Amino acid sequence: MKVAVVQFPGSNADWDALHTLRDVVGADAWYAFHKNTSLGDADAVVIPGGFSYGDYLRAGAIAGFSPIVSSVREFASRGGPVLGICNGFQILTEMGLLPGALARNAHLRFECRDIYLRVENEGPFTDMGRGTVLKLPIAHADGRYHTTEEGLAELERHGQVAFRYCASHGGAPDGADANPNGSVSDIAGVYNREKNVLGMMPHPERASEAILGNDDGLALFQSLRRHLGLQ
Amino acid sequence: MSTPANFPGEPESSPEIAREFGLSDEEWERVLSTLQRQPSYAELGVISVMWSEHCSYKSSRIHLGRLPTTGPQVVQGPGENAGAVDIGDGFCAVFKMESHNHPSYIEPYQGAATGVGGILRDVFTMGARPIASLNSLRFGRPDHPKTPHLLKGVVAGIGGYGNCIGVPTVGGEVQFDASYDGNILVNAFTVGIAKTDDLFFGVAEGVGNPIIYVGAKTGRDGIHGATMASAEFGEETDSKLPTVQVGDPFMEKLLLEACLEIFATDCLSGVQDMGAAGLTSSSVEMADRAGNGIELDLDAIPRRTKALSPYEMLLSESQERMLMVAKEGREREVFDICAKWDLDASIVGRVTDTGRFVCKATPGYDPFDGTGKPDPVVVVDLPVDLLTNAAPKYDRPQKSRAEQATVVTMTGDAPDDLGAELLRLVGSPNIGSRSWIWRQYDHIVRDGTVIRPGEGDAAVVRVFCEDESGMREKYLAISCDCNGRHVEIDPFGGAAMAVAECTRNIVCVGGKPLGLTDCLNFGNPEMPEQMWRFAQAVDGLAAACSALGAPVVSGNVSLYNETDGKAILPTPTVAVVGQLEDPEHRLGLGFKREGDVIAHLGRPSRGVLGGSEWLVQHTGSVTGAPVGIDLEAEASLQHAVLQMAHAKLLRSAHDVSDGGFAVCLAEACIANGFGARVTLPADEDAPAHALLFSEEPSRIVVSLPPNSLGSVHEICARHGVPFEKIGTVGGDTLMIDGACDVPVEELAERHARALDSIVS
Repeated sequence: MKVAVVQFPGSNADWDALHTLRDVVGADAWYAFHKNTSLGDADAVVIPGGFSYGDYLRAGAIAGFSPIVSSVREFASRGGPVLGICNGFQILTEMGLLPGALARNAHLRFECRDIYLRVENEGPFTDMGRGTVLKLPIAHADGRYHTTEEGLAELERHGQVAFRYCASHGGAPDGADANPNGSVSDIAGVYNREKNVLGMMPHPERASEAILGNDDGLALFQSLRRHLGLQ
Repeated sequence: MSTPANFPGEPESSPEIAREFGLSDEEWERVLSTLQRQPSYAELGVISVMWSEHCSYKSSRIHLGRLPTTGPQVVQGPGENAGAVDIGDGFCAVFKMESHNHPSYIEPYQGAATGVGGILRDVFTMGARPIASLNSLRFGRPDHPKTPHLLKGVVAGIGGYGNCIGVPTVGGEVQFDASYDGNILVNAFTVGIAKTDDLFFGVAEGVGNPIIYVGAKTGRDGIHGATMASAEFGEETDSKLPTVQVGDPFMEKLLLEACLEIFATDCLSGVQDMGAAGLTSSSVEMADRAGNGIELDLDAIPRRTKALSPYEMLLSESQERMLMVAKEGREREVFDICAKWDLDASIVGRVTDTGRFVCKATPGYDPFDGTGKPDPVVVVDLPVDLLTNAAPKYDRPQKSRAEQATVVTMTGDAPDDLGAELLRLVGSPNIGSRSWIWRQYDHIVRDGTVIRPGEGDAAVVRVFCEDESGMREKYLAISCDCNGRHVEIDPFGGAAMAVAECTRNIVCVGGKPLGLTDCLNFGNPEMPEQMWRFAQAVDGLAAACSALGAPVVSGNVSLYNETDGKAILPTPTVAVVGQLEDPEHRLGLGFKREGDVIAHLGRPSRGVLGGSEWLVQHTGSVTGAPVGIDLEAEASLQHAVLQMAHAKLLRSAHDVSDGGFAVCLAEACIANGFGARVTLPADEDAPAHALLFSEEPSRIVVSLPPNSLGSVHEICARHGVPFEKIGTVGGDTLMIDGACDVPVEELAERHARALDSIVS
C-alpha cells in the first residue's frame, strides 16, 4: 500500500499519520509538500491534522488554495481513497469535497480526550461492519459538524454518515460519553457521495498501537488495505 | 570618545531616565565611570535590559554556583539556551524551564502563550526537535475574584500555542494559594531530542560571518519586558500592558521546521532565539560566548511598523524571531530554506573582532515606508563585556526569619468524621482532578504519549531517534514539582523536597532520573529575609540534586514576585527528565487488579502536619512544624522502587505528596475504579487525622501481585527501606482501618469536580 501524507504549513499530525502508516501498518508512506503538485504513485491520500496556515480566517480555509490541492481533487475524482483527519476533515469541507462545515466546539474550548464512536455505514475505511464501536481520541477546538436539515437528510439517504459519537456500549452519547463538541446528529465523520473521501474529527492514527494503550484505529487502515485489494 | 548619536525625538540620557529603566543610582554612576562618557538613549536602554535581574542574574548568580551541574550523563550544563543529557546511541534530551509570571498576570492568554513559545525556541535553537511540554502554574486563592479569569486565560494560552505548534503538553502541576493573589506563576518546560554531535550553540564565531535575522518582523511589542520582569507590581501594573508580547504559533511552527532544516545543512556557526531583551541579548550573548564583537545595521531590520527607533528595535520582544550566524558564503542555503517555509530572512550585521557591540542606523530614514535615504551613523558602541561579565553582581544581605512562636506541633482540632474530611480534601482545588486543564491541551500529538496526564506520577513519552542506522524508540519520563508551602516553612528542606518529589515521580513510573532544570520564583531580593530564603533554597536544591543523582543542566530565576510589598511563597520549581530502560517497566499510579497486595514503602508517618493542605484549610495559614527530609533514606527508597520496576514486580506505584497518605490511596483507587482495604501505618502515636493527611516525604504506596511479595520485601531489606504490607485491592470502597470507609464512586465524583467552583 502506497500512501501520500499531505503536508501543509502548520500540519502537525503529519508525523502521526506517516509513522502509523509506515511503521505500524507497513505501508510505503511519504510526505507530499503543499507547494508541490505531485502525489507520486499513491494508492491513497491522507490529509493529516494540525493547524494549516495557523487556521487563520477559518480552520482549513486557506489550505484549500494550496498548489497540492488540485492534485488531491484530481485523485479524488478518479475514485482514489482520501482520508482527512481533524484539520484534514476541515480542509476537505472547505475544498467542497465533503458536505457540511466544522464550527467551534459548542463549549468553545479545545478538547483532547478519548471518545467512543459507532460505525454507521460501510466504505473503504469502514468495512468493519455497521454498529462496530471504536474508542479513539479527539483533539480539536473546531469539531462541531454542521449541515442543513436537507443536507442531513441527503447524508442519510446516501449512507454518507461514517461515524457517530456514542456511549461505550454503542448507545446514544450521554453523561461522561456525551457528544464532545455539539455536532449535529452526533456526527463524527462523513463520506462523500461516491464514498471514496472520508473526513473525521477523531484520530485513528493516534490509537493504532498497544503501547499507546489503544489500537482501535488500526481497523480503518486495515479496511483501506482490503479495499485496495492488498491483503 | 564622543557619545553615539541620539535619534530625533530621543532625550539625552539622565539619572532620571536610568531610574525609570530600572537602574539604581549606583549603577548609573558605574555606567558613567566605565564608559567615561554619557550613554546615548539607545545605549542606556541596552545597558538597563542587560543589567536587569532577568538577564544578568545579578542577585542570584553568586548563589547558583553552588548547584551541582556535572555528571557522566551531562552533555550540556547551564549557560546555553538549554541543557542536555545523554539518552544513549548518540542522542540527547535537551530541556529547560522558564518563567513568564509577570506578563501572564497582566494578560493571561498572551503571557502564557508566549511563555510556551519562548521555551520551545530555547529548545529548538539547540538543534533539538521539541517532543513534550509541561507547565507549573500558581494562582491566588480559589475564591479570589481574579482567579477564574487568570486560570482560564493561562490554560487557553498554553493550549492555544502548544496545540497549534504540535508539541504535546503531557503534564504539569497547579496550586492555589493566597500568596499568589497578586502575582501568579507560569513556568513552562519543554524537552526536545537531538543528535549529540549535531547540537547547536549560541556563539557568534568566525570574524566576518554574516548575521542573519529570520522570522517575524519587529514591532513595538514587549519593549522593556525584561525590565518589567525584574520589578515588583504595584497599582500601576495595568498600564504595563504594552510590555506584553503577542504570540503567533503558526509562525513559530514554520520557524521550527525551517530551523531544523537549516541546521541539517551545517551552514551555520551559531544561532540564538530572540527572547527576553530581543535583538540586544541575542547578539550580545552570542558575541560574548565566542569572545567576539558584533556590528548590526539596524536599517536592515525587518519591521512591521513605521518610525521604529534604535531603542525600540533593540529592546523589542516581538516573538518568533531568530538570529543566525551563517558560515561565510553559505547565506544562500539559509535564504532558500526560509523561502520554502515563507519566512523573512535578511543579513543584518557581521561578526567582528572588536569585542564591542556596535549598532548603526540612519536618523530620518525609514525602510518601512521608504522615507529618507540610508546614511547610517553609530548609535550604540559598547564593550560586550560591560553587558555580560562586568554587569553588576550582588551578594545581597540575608536575614533568617524570626522563628514563629507557634510552629511546635500544630495538629489542628481532630475532626469527627474522617471520611467526610477525605472527601472534602479530594474534592478541593489543590488536590482534585486537573482534567479540566489537561483536556484543553493536545497531550497526544506526535504519537508518543504512553502515560498520559492523570495516569501516573510522571508522564512517559516515546521518542523517535532516527539516524543513518535507522529508527530507535526511547522512552522518557518527565515531571515538574514544588510545594511552596513547605519551602516557606523550611526553605532548605522544602526545596530539597521539591527535588525529591520530582525524582520520586520519575522512579514511580519506572524511570531513572538523568537531569534537572529549575525555575526559582522568589520575592524581592533586596529584602534580606527573601534573599535568605533564596540562598537556603539553593542549598536545599544542591543537597538533594547531589543525593538523588539529578544534576542541574539549565534553569531560570524570577525575582521580585511581589505585589504591593507582599511576596509569593518561595517557589523553586524543578522539572526532571528521566529515562525508562524498557517501556515494559512503566507503572501507572492506579490499582489494577482485585486481590493485589498494597504495601507502604518508606518510614511511616509521624503525624507532622506542617505545611499540609489539610492544615492550611483548617487554619487559613501556611504554618506548622517542618516535616523535614532525610535525603539518604529518600535515595534508598528511590533505588529500591526502581529495582522493583526493572524486575517487573509491581502493578502500580504512587508517592505520598499533597494531601498525604489518605489522598494518595484515594487517587490510586479513583484512577481505575478499584476499592482497597488497608491499615494505617504509623511510626509514632499520633492522632489518626495527622497520620492520614501529613505530607511527610519519602513514602511510596505500591500494589503488587501476591507472588511478588517476597522479592519486594527482600529488595526493601537490601536497601534498608521500611516495608509494610498494609492491605489488598478490592471492593467498592476505600476502607482505612479505624479511620474511614468511603465509596470509591463518591471519591471519584468529588475528585472530578474539584475545579468546578472556579471554572464553571
